[in-house]
Amino acid sequence: MTRFFARNRHTVQRLGFTLITLVAVMTVIPIVGVIIFIVYQGGPAISTEFITGFPYDGMRSGGILPAIIGTLYLTIGTAVFSVPLGIAAAIYLSEYAKDNQATRLIRLAIINLAGIPSVVYGLFGLGLFVLFLKFGTSILAASLTLSIMTLPVIISTSEEALRAVPQSFRTVSISLGATRWQTIRRIVLKEALPGILTGVILGLERAAGETAPILFTGAAFFLPRLPGSPFDATMALPYHLFVISTQVPEMPIQIQYGTALVLLVFVLTMNVIATIIRSRARARRQW
Amino acid sequence: MEKSLNWREFIITRAIKASGYSAIVFVLLIFFFLLRESLPTLTRVETSSLLGTRWYPIEDYFGILPLITGSLVVTLGAALIAIPFGIGTAVYISEIAPRWMREILKPLVELLGGLPSVVLGFLGILVVSPFLRVFLDLPTGLTAFTGSLLLGGIAVPTVVSVAEDALDSVPRAYREGAWALGATKWQTIWRVTLPAAKSGVLTAIMLGIGRAIGETMTVMMVTGNAPVLATTLGSLFSPVRTMTATIAAEMGEVATGSTHYHVLFFIGIVLFLISLIVNVIASSVVFRAKKRAERILS
Amino acid sequence: MLLCSLLLASCASNTARASSPASTTYIENKGSDTMVNFALAWAERYQALRPDVRISVTGGGSGTGIAALLNGTVDLANASRRIKDEEIATAQAKGIQPLEHVIARDAIAVIVNANNPVSELTLQQIADIYSGKITNWKELGGEDRPIVKLSRETNSGTHVYFLETVLRLGRSDDKTLFATNTLLLPSSEGIVAEVRHNPNAIGYDGLGYVPHDVKMIAIAKEAGGEYVLPSIETVNDKRYPIARDLYIYTNGEPTGIVKEYLDWILSAEAQEIVAKLGFVPVE
Repeated sequence: MTRFFARNRHTVQRLGFTLITLVAVMTVIPIVGVIIFIVYQGGPAISTEFITGFPYDGMRSGGILPAIIGTLYLTIGTAVFSVPLGIAAAIYLSEYAKDNQATRLIRLAIINLAGIPSVVYGLFGLGLFVLFLKFGTSILAASLTLSIMTLPVIISTSEEALRAVPQSFRTVSISLGATRWQTIRRIVLKEALPGILTGVILGLERAAGETAPILFTGAAFFLPRLPGSPFDATMALPYHLFVISTQVPEMPIQIQYGTALVLLVFVLTMNVIATIIRSRARARRQW
Repeated sequence: MEKSLNWREFIITRAIKASGYSAIVFVLLIFFFLLRESLPTLTRVETSSLLGTRWYPIEDYFGILPLITGSLVVTLGAALIAIPFGIGTAVYISEIAPRWMREILKPLVELLGGLPSVVLGFLGILVVSPFLRVFLDLPTGLTAFTGSLLLGGIAVPTVVSVAEDALDSVPRAYREGAWALGATKWQTIWRVTLPAAKSGVLTAIMLGIGRAIGETMTVMMVTGNAPVLATTLGSLFSPVRTMTATIAAEMGEVATGSTHYHVLFFIGIVLFLISLIVNVIASSVVFRAKKRAERILS
Repeated sequence: MLLCSLLLASCASNTARASSPASTTYIENKGSDTMVNFALAWAERYQALRPDVRISVTGGGSGTGIAALLNGTVDLANASRRIKDEEIATAQAKGIQPLEHVIARDAIAVIVNANNPVSELTLQQIADIYSGKITNWKELGGEDRPIVKLSRETNSGTHVYFLETVLRLGRSDDKTLFATNTLLLPSSEGIVAEVRHNPNAIGYDGLGYVPHDVKMIAIAKEAGGEYVLPSIETVNDKRYPIARDLYIYTNGEPTGIVKEYLDWILSAEAQEIVAKLGFVPVE
C-alpha cells in the first residue's frame, strides 16, 4: 500500500500544484479583468471637463467635480478623527498594555468593530450623529461614522508596525536616560512610521469607497454647489456611482463607467502609494 | 524642566491610555445605541409575528425570517467560493510561487480588496447578472448566486492576506523537517504547514465570512431583494433579500420613532450580534489553538 | 473625540440649519424617486433664473420625503402618492400641518421586453401576475417562459400606488399583497435595465422612465374594454386606467422663496419641463 503511494505521490504533487496554480490564476484574472474592463469602458469619458466640471442636464452631462471634492472632504474628515485616536490606541496596546484580561477585552473590541457591517455603522451614525446630536445629514456626521469604522484597521496595522520595532531600540533609549514617552515619540514612532502610514492609507482607502455608512449620514443626490461647512451634506463618488447607475434614466453608459473609473483610480492610487511606502520601508529597514 | 517634562508626560500617557480603551467604549456605545432603538420592537410587535415569513413593512408584516435566510444563503454561497479560492491562492503565493511572482501577486490581490463594493455591484447589474441569466438559463440573473459570486470576490482578498501571513509565519524548520523525512512538497503543505497554520487560516476564513455577511451595496444591487424564505438549494439561484439590503433600502423612508424604524434597528442589532458571535468563536478558536501550540512546543 | 462631538453638538443646535423653513436662500427638496429627475431639472432651471437661490434635490422615495417633512428637515417633500392617514396623525402630533399641492401627473406604464409577443393586458390580469396567480407567459398567450415580476421598493410611492390601484383594484378592504418572489429593485432605472435584456420580465414605472427600447403594454380597465397605451392625451382624458397625481407637500402655507418656487413650478415654463421629461403637465 505504501509503495503504491510512494510511486504516485509525485504525480499527485504535479496534479495538486497544477490545481492550486489554476485556482490562483482564476482568482487573479478577474481582478485584472475588472480593472482593464472599467478602464476600457470609462476611459473615453475622462476629460478635463469631466474631472473639473459640475454635472448638468439632470447629471447626464458635465463633470463630477462635486462628487470628487466630496469624497476628498470625507476622507480628510475621517483622517482627522480616526488617525490620532487610532495611532494613540495602537501605542497604548504596543507600549503600555500588560497582557491581562483588560487588554484581551480591548483586542476583542477591536476585532468586533472590524466585523460590524457597514450598514450597521450607517444606522448607528444616523441614530447618534444625525438625530441625537443633531448634526443633521452632514459631512461631520458622515466623517465621524466613517472614522469609527476605520479605527480598527488603523489600530491593528499601527500596532503591528510598532511591535516590529526591535525591543533593543527601546532599551537602549531608556538606558540613555530618556523617558518612556520620549522613547516612543523620537525612536519607536519614527521607525514605525512607514508601517503606520501604510495602515492609515489602506484604512482611508476603504473609507473613501464606502457607500452604506454615508447613505443616511451625509450623502446627497445633487447639490448645486460645493459644501461650504462641515454641517453641509455632500455628494460623494461611491454614492454618485450608485445613484447614476440606478436612479437616473437615460444616463449615458459612458458617464457611469467614467465615474466608476474615477472612483477606482482614487481608491487604487491610495493602494499603490501604500504598497510603495511599505516596500521602500522594508528595503531600507536597518534591522 | 524636569517637573514640566513629568507633567506633560503624565498627560500624554493618560491620553494614550484613554485612547486604548476607546475601542471598548465605541463597541459598547454602538451596542447600547442599537439596543435602545431596537427594544421597542419587542413591545410593539409580537414575537410570533417577528418570526413570521412575510416581510412587508408598509402593511405591518414584520417577519424577519426571509431576511435572515436571505443573508445566510448569500453568505454561504460566498463562503463556498471564497474559502477554496482564498486558501488555494494563499497556498500558491506562500508555498508554490517563485519569489518574484509573490511580490506581484500579493499587492494585486490586495488591490481587489480595495475595490469599492458599489463598483462591483455596478458591474454586477450591467455584466454579471445578464451573463448568468443566459449562461445558467435562469429566469433572472438577479439572484443570491450572483451576490455570492461578487461577495466571494470581495471576501477573497481578506482570506488570502490573512491566510498567507499565517502560512508564511510557520517556521521553516517544520517544512525542512518534513522534507528531510522524504515528504514531497505537496504532502508537506497539506499535512504539516497548513495544519500548523490552522489558527491563522481559520481566522482568515472567519474574517472573510464576516466581510461577506456585512456587505450591503453589492447585494442590494444584484440579489433582487425579493423577501422569499430560502428553503431549498435552488434558493441559491433565486432572488433573495438580505438583512443588510433591507436596512439600506428602507432606512431612508422611516419616520423616526415609528414601528418600522425600530424593527430596522432590531435587524441591525441582529447583524451586530451575528458578527459578534462569529468573532468570539474565531478568537476562542485561535486562543485555544495557541494554547495547544504552546503546550506542544514547550 | 466624544468630548469634541459634544461640543460641536451644542454649536450645531444653534447653527442656522440650511433646512429650517425660516431660511430664505436655500431650499431643501426631498422625496419621490419618480419625481427626482424633473425636480432636478426644475432646480437647475430656477437657479439659472434666480442665482440667489440654491436648491438641493434628493431622492429616497416618497416615504423618505414625507418622513423628512415630519422630522422638519425639508422645505418641500416630493411624493408620488398621497400622504397616509398615519403620517398625517404623526405630523399633527409634531405640530406640522402637511399641505398638498398637485404639481404634475404621471402615467404608470407596464413594461415588458421588446421581444415579448404579449401587447395587451387587462388590469385584472396584471393584478393576477403580481399576486402570483399567473406565473407563466403562455397563460397570457405568450411564450413558455416564467414571469419575472419587477417592482419598486416598499418605500416608493409608485409601489404603494400600484398596490392600491392595480393589485387591489382600488378596493380599500382588499388585502392582496405582492407575491413574495417579486423582485424589489431600489430604483426605476433598475427595473428598466432588467426588462431591457430579460425576456421573462415584467415591470412598472412612471412614463418618464420608459425608454424607447422596451415595450409598453396597452391596458384595458376590464375585459372587453378598450386597450389604451399611456400618453399625455390618454392621461388627461382619463382613458388610461393607471394614472396619478404627483404631489409636493409643505408644512402649512408656504412663504417667501419657497412660495415663489412653488408658484413657478405651476407656471407654463416649469410644466413644459415636465412634459419634456415624459410626465403629464397640470393645466
